[in-house]
Amino acid sequence: MFIMRILKNDPGGQILMSLLLIALLVVPVLNLVVPESSALHLSTYSVTLLGKYLTYALLAVAVDLVWGYLGILSLGHAAFFALGGYAMGMYLMRQIGDRGVYGNPVLPDFMVFLNYTELPWFWQGFDMFWLATIMIVLVPGVLAYVFGWLAFRSRVTGVYLSIITQALTYALMLAFFRNEMGFGGNNGLTDFKDLLGFDLHADSTRIGLFIASALALGFGYLVCRAIVKSKLGRVAVAIRDAEDRTRFIGYRVEYVKLALFTFSAALAGIAGALYVPQVGIINPGEFSPLNSIEVVIWVAVGGRGTLYGAAAGAVLVNYAKTYFTGAFPEVWLFALGALFVLSTLYLPKGLVGVLKRQRASS
Amino acid sequence: MLALNVLKKTAVGLAAAAVLSGSAQAAGDTIKVGVLHSLSGTMAISETTLKDTVLMLVEEQNKKGGLLGKKLEAIVVDPASNWPLFAEKARELIEKEKVSAVFGAWTSVSRKSVLPVFEELNNLLFYPVQYEGEESSKNVFYTGAAPNTQAIPAVDYLMNDIGVKRWVLEGTDYVYPRTTNKILEAYLKAKGVSEKDILINYTPFGFSDWQSEVSRIKKFGSAGKKTAVVSTVNGDANVPFYKELGNQGVSAENIPVIAFSVGEEELSGIDTKPLVGHLAAWNYFMSVDSEENTAFIDAWHAYIKDKKRVTNDPMEATYIGFNMWVEAVKKAGTTDATAVQEAIIGIAVPNLSGGLSAMMPNHHITKPVLIGEIQADGQFEIVWETSGLVAGDAWSDYLPGSKDIIADWRAPLSCGNYNVKTGKCSGQNF
Amino acid sequence: MRHWPKILILLLSLLFTQTDVAIAGDDSLHQIQVLLISNNFVEKTQAVSLLALHSHPRTEEILKAFLEGELYYRKSDKLLLIAKKQGRQYSISDALTGDELGVVKKREIKKIRSNNALRKKIRIVLARKELNSVDPTVRYQAVNAMLGNPDVGITSQLQDRLKLERDQKVRNILELALAITRLEGGEKEDRLSAVAAVSGSLEPVIRSKLESIVVDDPIEEVRVAAKESLNKISAKLQFYSFLETLFFGLSLGSVLVLAAIGLAITFGVMGVINMAHGELIMLGAYTTYVIQKAMPEFIGVSILFAIPAAFIVSGLVGILIEQTVIRHLYGRALETLLATFGISLILQQAVRSIFSPLNRSVVTPDWMSGSLEINSVLSLTYNRLYIIFFCLLVFVILFLILKRTSLGLQVRAVTQNRAMARAMGVRSSWVDAMTFGLGSGIAGVAGVALSQLTNVGPNLGQAYIVDSFMVVVFGGVGNLAGTLISGFSLGIANQFLEPWVGAVLAKIFILIFIILFIQKRPRGLFPQKGRSAEG
Repeated sequence: MFIMRILKNDPGGQILMSLLLIALLVVPVLNLVVPESSALHLSTYSVTLLGKYLTYALLAVAVDLVWGYLGILSLGHAAFFALGGYAMGMYLMRQIGDRGVYGNPVLPDFMVFLNYTELPWFWQGFDMFWLATIMIVLVPGVLAYVFGWLAFRSRVTGVYLSIITQALTYALMLAFFRNEMGFGGNNGLTDFKDLLGFDLHADSTRIGLFIASALALGFGYLVCRAIVKSKLGRVAVAIRDAEDRTRFIGYRVEYVKLALFTFSAALAGIAGALYVPQVGIINPGEFSPLNSIEVVIWVAVGGRGTLYGAAAGAVLVNYAKTYFTGAFPEVWLFALGALFVLSTLYLPKGLVGVLKRQRASS
Repeated sequence: MLALNVLKKTAVGLAAAAVLSGSAQAAGDTIKVGVLHSLSGTMAISETTLKDTVLMLVEEQNKKGGLLGKKLEAIVVDPASNWPLFAEKARELIEKEKVSAVFGAWTSVSRKSVLPVFEELNNLLFYPVQYEGEESSKNVFYTGAAPNTQAIPAVDYLMNDIGVKRWVLEGTDYVYPRTTNKILEAYLKAKGVSEKDILINYTPFGFSDWQSEVSRIKKFGSAGKKTAVVSTVNGDANVPFYKELGNQGVSAENIPVIAFSVGEEELSGIDTKPLVGHLAAWNYFMSVDSEENTAFIDAWHAYIKDKKRVTNDPMEATYIGFNMWVEAVKKAGTTDATAVQEAIIGIAVPNLSGGLSAMMPNHHITKPVLIGEIQADGQFEIVWETSGLVAGDAWSDYLPGSKDIIADWRAPLSCGNYNVKTGKCSGQNF
Repeated sequence: MRHWPKILILLLSLLFTQTDVAIAGDDSLHQIQVLLISNNFVEKTQAVSLLALHSHPRTEEILKAFLEGELYYRKSDKLLLIAKKQGRQYSISDALTGDELGVVKKREIKKIRSNNALRKKIRIVLARKELNSVDPTVRYQAVNAMLGNPDVGITSQLQDRLKLERDQKVRNILELALAITRLEGGEKEDRLSAVAAVSGSLEPVIRSKLESIVVDDPIEEVRVAAKESLNKISAKLQFYSFLETLFFGLSLGSVLVLAAIGLAITFGVMGVINMAHGELIMLGAYTTYVIQKAMPEFIGVSILFAIPAAFIVSGLVGILIEQTVIRHLYGRALETLLATFGISLILQQAVRSIFSPLNRSVVTPDWMSGSLEINSVLSLTYNRLYIIFFCLLVFVILFLILKRTSLGLQVRAVTQNRAMARAMGVRSSWVDAMTFGLGSGIAGVAGVALSQLTNVGPNLGQAYIVDSFMVVVFGGVGNLAGTLISGFSLGIANQFLEPWVGAVLAKIFILIFIILFIQKRPRGLFPQKGRSAEG
């Protein structure tokens, strides 16, 4: 089969796919079927948490595609993630309808409150799920395309590129913080009620979102893997290792970069769109440059240039964060900081590198 | 090969799931309360103190013999000033830790973020900070000030006692200043202040380069009429703001600034020289002369082991909220959320300024409004206070969208958002 | 008819002498005391007015004490006191006689509260008493305090003073004050001459008076003259507000340069992406705090001690970071980003654990507070002036270190060609450590400057890190002068945009500009030339 062919010679990917498959089968059963009193019962809290980790994992895979295989260290991928999230959030806001605080059937609460008389043009049509879905990939994709077209054509590389991606997400954060922008300012979009008619607070909807996230991660991983294995992927690696030589051979470096960067941004947008209904809020804080750096760190901790390592890193670091903030609320930043320092110092290839080395030595 | 991996990894997957779901068995002999305040990130500055306050109150309650014959146990988590994390941690406290009530949140956005969680899981949140109003949830108790228990009396004072004719409404660009300023603008216009005598301006969070803004205020204030600044500038941005005011020669005597977010705690972190004489409006000051307050300050110093630590308004609100919850649990005889919700309305407990604060049917409380002038030692000299207690109003009477809306959580209305014109109850999540 | 004014004066003087007589008795003093002690501010204001007219020799002392918040009364017998704090107790004296009454506890006395309006009133009253002071600056300030605060009988007092006054500066302001009183009433000629007299003055009071004349004055001629005068004033105002904005821009620029210049060394010269740079700035600010705590008696000079101390603290922390972490990561520039990000989290939490998450209070010494008044619309705040000069000084010193010392020579050698430099006997690892220490130390020094402008708290560093990177990249990595120019131009551009579009949009525009600029010139304003540029 097609999937088997992609995953050939990719043990990490096989493990990831199997884990996802198990989760898909086991999690719904443990949450919905197993009674609450049982020790095996999985609380809805945990399901949502897992779902959130999976969206982070998808984001990390997207970052790894451009960083691990193309050498572009993007410090702005949180921007694409947040844009996808906002597109989803706008759809969810429109779904509230007249159940909002002020009972206005068209305008979301924050607009009533800011004296809007009619819906701004960029909110039009977001009550239709299909349009929102298109926007989820289109908005981050187009932004990445325009940005990439400008940057790659003039051969901005290395740290310069990293810093201007950071400038991009910083500028977006400041812009979305403005209440005049029409995206709810600092509070962002929240108080969502339902998605495609399903109540967002119902356990079954949460399971549904979890399944969607798992499928998105699996699908995203497979496409990325397919790209990496294709000729395009091999050119990308050539660009990463020797950009000038690749160009001299006759490849249009900027087109390759543009294609992968845009695709990666769209993938981040999808991750963001799945993230928002699960956490129940999207606000400009998601654009914060620190968030983008964190994503890069997940990838580094997991193992750069492996895709599955990125996914594993995202889940592990975030699990550590959840655990630390609960267990050592006063000092958890020490632990997290130390984790980052030690893993860059002693695990240059990430956790995946350690596992590989162990396997090689045994 | 896939199948083999599947088998091999199933055990791991299950183990991970078991770890995540955690040990849900609640210890039967304690009553748990959650503490949901940021201990890291930008809001740690303000929120850490409230965490300590709740811990102190829990300890004191346990010394008195606990509640319903059980000991109280505080569960502290760190939402790290990250708004989605607030919702996640709230869920963790309620679902995993099985807490009976939660004391927490500071910013409006963090409250908005956790609100659906509390409504879905039917738990109780005591929110101790002044806020913009326009909300009344079945599951939230607002023990801080609403605009009518802070902003409007402050403006009345400036207008009537100081004779202010020209107004600068300066705020940080988020929902609390936006709403407060909208209410104040409508209020001022209703009092006959003309459009050109009101200047409204917003700056971003953590703004530090105040040169141009202060210069603008100076120009606006030099038009010959008595001018005052009503400041809803948030947290970190205040220090550079006042420093710039002082350095550019804007004195409290010429253009007084009245702030709604500057309290003793904020003042303890800054050089107060440029602020002396400026004003703040709160429901409590550390300098309040009452027996309850002296006892509270002594207890706080003993608990935190630092004689220099100050107390402030959100701490008082936490104190009131905690005691109201304790009394309501006693009255209901159970910690069950629905029973406590019913029992708590009408409960009155001592506040720290020597009166009794009562929980109103709209889940807001009655409080006195005090206006203080900042002193060089970082304390406030109270220059004015309302003659009685003011009941917090969830829905402002000065906003076109909300003047017809009331909140009343008693049967038969049981609605936080009831439109008296249309007779409809909207925006409810259950 | 000719006798009318005389009669009026006679009547008025009668009235005044009568009140004087009334107040002179002990009854009036008692009345003042009762009014002062009242909780009602209207009554207190009355008390101040009465005191002002009272013949008692100590009125001035009493009013001054009231202004300073040192006026109390004894709870037992309502005796007016002047109390000064001594540790936890108060030394008191009788306000009316000046007799020392010993030391008492806080509990026995009660402060007489004042508020802003009352203090302003007292200041004007005192100003009238100070009008005849021997010190011309005191006289100047006294008149200045009265500008635009017309009070009964003030005109004649000012006129009397003008007849006696010798000091030119005081004469000018006296004439201005008199012109203002004439603007308000009097005959057409009076008003015309007053308009002419105030022409070109930048006092805000005059502007608002002229504005009301342009609208309200019944006589066309006066209105036209006032309008002309106003136009002249607003042209001047425009010029000064341009100067003001330029100063604001330079000031913001100097902050940006200070924050970025350490990064220009670690990032620009060494190629290390140091995400902990902001936290090194923060350490400098905390060092200032600690130094001030250690020498509370000498706040004025504490800043001067703090500068070297902060340099050493941040520099040592920088060397420690270099030795333990960065040294192992050379050649992996992007990975230093991750490791130093971890370090920044650790440093933040460290100060949070040591100093508490609350902001710490760093006192601005007196010589840095206030402003240099060029005229009544343009004043340059001292702290920002000093910071601009300090920034330039730091830059020059750094520039000299890099160009004129052997360390600088070795640094440049290592940056340009590490292998060759080593072959020539340069201990490259030592040079790396020193360079990183230098960059970090400068960051600490920047922290001292920032402690005078903004909060000293655990989040201080995060607020500046993104901006610092923008400045360095815009100026051209590896070019110190580029950093200087880029910092100042971004600061000035920001301040000129701000009045038009607001603070947030100004910043967004600047960021978009940098993004587009980098497309045009991928290596910044002043790109490095030669071989090392490819590194």
